[in-house]
Amino acid sequence: MRQAWTIASKDLRLRVRDRSAFIVGIIAPLGLAAIFSSIFTPIENFDFTATYAVVDEDGGQVAAQFVQLLEQFGQTAGVEIEAVGSRAEAVDLVDVEPFSSEEGADAAFVIPPGFSQAVESDQPAGLEVLSGQGGIGAGVAVSFAEQFASELTYARVAVASVENLGGTDDRFAAGLRALAIPPPVNLVDLEATNKELAGKTFYAAGLAIFFLFFTVQFGVNSLLEERQAGTLGRLMAAPMRRSSIIAGKAIMAFILGLISMVVLVVATTLLFGADWGNPLGVLLLVVGGIISALGIMAVVAAFARTPEQAGNYSSMVAVILGFLGGTFFPVGQAGGILADLRFITPHAWFMQGLGDLSAGNVADVLPAVGALLLFGLVTGSIALLVMRKGLRA
Amino acid sequence: MDSRASVLECRDLKKSYGDNAAVKGVGFHIAEGETYGLLGPNGAGKTTTISMVTGLLERDSGEVFVNGLPLTTTSIDAKREIGLVPQDLAIYPDLTARENLIFFGKLYEMSGSDLKKRVDEVLEIIGLTDRAGDRTEEYSGGMKRRLNIGLGLLHQPRLLLLDEPTVGVDPQSRNAILESVEQLSGEGMAVLYTTHYMEEAERLCDRVGIIDLGEIKAEGTRRELVQLVGQHDRIRLQATGPCAAGVEALASLAAVREAGVRDGGIEMLVDNADRWLAEILGKVSGAGVGISSVDVEEPNLESVFLHLTGRALRD
Repeated sequence: MRQAWTIASKDLRLRVRDRSAFIVGIIAPLGLAAIFSSIFTPIENFDFTATYAVVDEDGGQVAAQFVQLLEQFGQTAGVEIEAVGSRAEAVDLVDVEPFSSEEGADAAFVIPPGFSQAVESDQPAGLEVLSGQGGIGAGVAVSFAEQFASELTYARVAVASVENLGGTDDRFAAGLRALAIPPPVNLVDLEATNKELAGKTFYAAGLAIFFLFFTVQFGVNSLLEERQAGTLGRLMAAPMRRSSIIAGKAIMAFILGLISMVVLVVATTLLFGADWGNPLGVLLLVVGGIISALGIMAVVAAFARTPEQAGNYSSMVAVILGFLGGTFFPVGQAGGILADLRFITPHAWFMQGLGDLSAGNVADVLPAVGALLLFGLVTGSIALLVMRKGLRA
Repeated sequence: MDSRASVLECRDLKKSYGDNAAVKGVGFHIAEGETYGLLGPNGAGKTTTISMVTGLLERDSGEVFVNGLPLTTTSIDAKREIGLVPQDLAIYPDLTARENLIFFGKLYEMSGSDLKKRVDEVLEIIGLTDRAGDRTEEYSGGMKRRLNIGLGLLHQPRLLLLDEPTVGVDPQSRNAILESVEQLSGEGMAVLYTTHYMEEAERLCDRVGIIDLGEIKAEGTRRELVQLVGQHDRIRLQATGPCAAGVEALASLAAVREAGVRDGGIEMLVDNADRWLAEILGKVSGAGVGISSVDVEEPNLESVFLHLTGRALRD
């Protein structure tokens, strides 16, 4: 075992000197994570605010209902509602130039006189939205007005139903009550049970596990490099078990993978705000991920004749598994056969494990860790058999 | 022969690759302080033999004992006794000479101040002390070759195996390598030296095995091999005076097979020039011939190889 550590230590020194492991294991994934983070951060951090003016020139029941709904919306969406007395006043507010010191409004709703009556008598009714400079705030105002119009239609249908059932209520009072009934779909915050990772964490984890396969490949392929360089013969002539040579390579690949993953987890957490979850759970997944990568890359290397060939094969396998495993886009959301097929890759189990961790506790990652270790065990055993045979020839 | 008396004892080594028999029953032994040469052309089976002797290659049959210890691919104790200098360079170009030596020293269970001291000694032996801290990728071909040998010597093995160590080496480095081998042999190390250079085998080896097509065709000292094929030493004397009388005087010596006057001197074929030279010179001088120079040409292994295999060493 001491000799295995000696070999691993020598290989690490060589990798530090040629810098390739740093580039593939740390710089490339970190760089890509930074790019993805810069794309997603503005969206994730976007905080919607707007000011709407509302002019109720109607004063009727339907208009009052609209204003009430608007105020409720304002309270939940961070929108400030300002009631003004006239359309002209509303126009002044939305006409304020951007960046001017005057306080203006993003949009204004003008409820014209006779609006409620028109609605109650099934006559065409108009609700005016003044959008000023346009923008997101104005777009949201238009959407809100359209939604109200849509729900008003729904209310009319509800009223019609009441009438058909022999109801005697005032038809619009019934309609407005229907409007007040919450929609049948109850929106619940799914964060606690969500199995998919959020944007930044998803890409940080996806890129980390994707590049882990390339990092581990450096260690595994070094056996072929030793053969090509002629040093393998000298190692085999030394007084040690041949398994020590393989163990040395495996230790080196494991350490490289671990350094790469730890640096990426810490860096993406601190720099990009990725939320990996409980550190112990993450560590278990990382170790499982490294062992699975080690096994798969070792199988590829065992069947290759030269380091170049092994490098090409490994890259192909890493890219295919990475895409299939959903490291670049959430394959699980695609549904169908692809969603099921992804679980033939360690990448999917790694991502699944992190998703489970974000929703629960450390114990929830154990199935994913088990799957990752199984990948490593099966592929690693195959690789070991082939490599030992190769060392005897 | 008792295997424990030898540093290396090989018996009936065989190795085939598919239908191709690379080594067909090779056997030899090497004693302490002896340099044994395996002389043969490329593809004769030298490297396959040395690979089996070092435990790199699994043999189909046969036995190898190093210092009395049986050697297989999985042996550990026997491998401690062997130093290997492979034909191709086996060094790490991104490490310095010192780092290369320390790394392999640790694999041979050396450590601490003993390792450091021995590394310094080896660097001195191979003449790389001044460049010990440079990465070996910056070395000349000859320097790399010297380090390649140094790595084999590091753990002070009882048996040093050198597989064509001078291939592709400049004359100066080649000479340095040969001198090192002579010195090591003189210090008591057993050396197995494979080469297809007849001159190297003649210079270094106490005994030579002529190997071709996976078989040792003949084995012995250079003289034994020469005698085996009936060849004689050639002596040329630059002479003045009655050369014909000198030739007549030599007729009384049984060791002189053939003698005649050529190019103003006397030329003769002799069974063993070392043994009979003094007597020959006495006879010739006694006949009144003045001798200005003596040139003794022993039959070389090239001609032995040609005789045994029907082809030249470099075919």
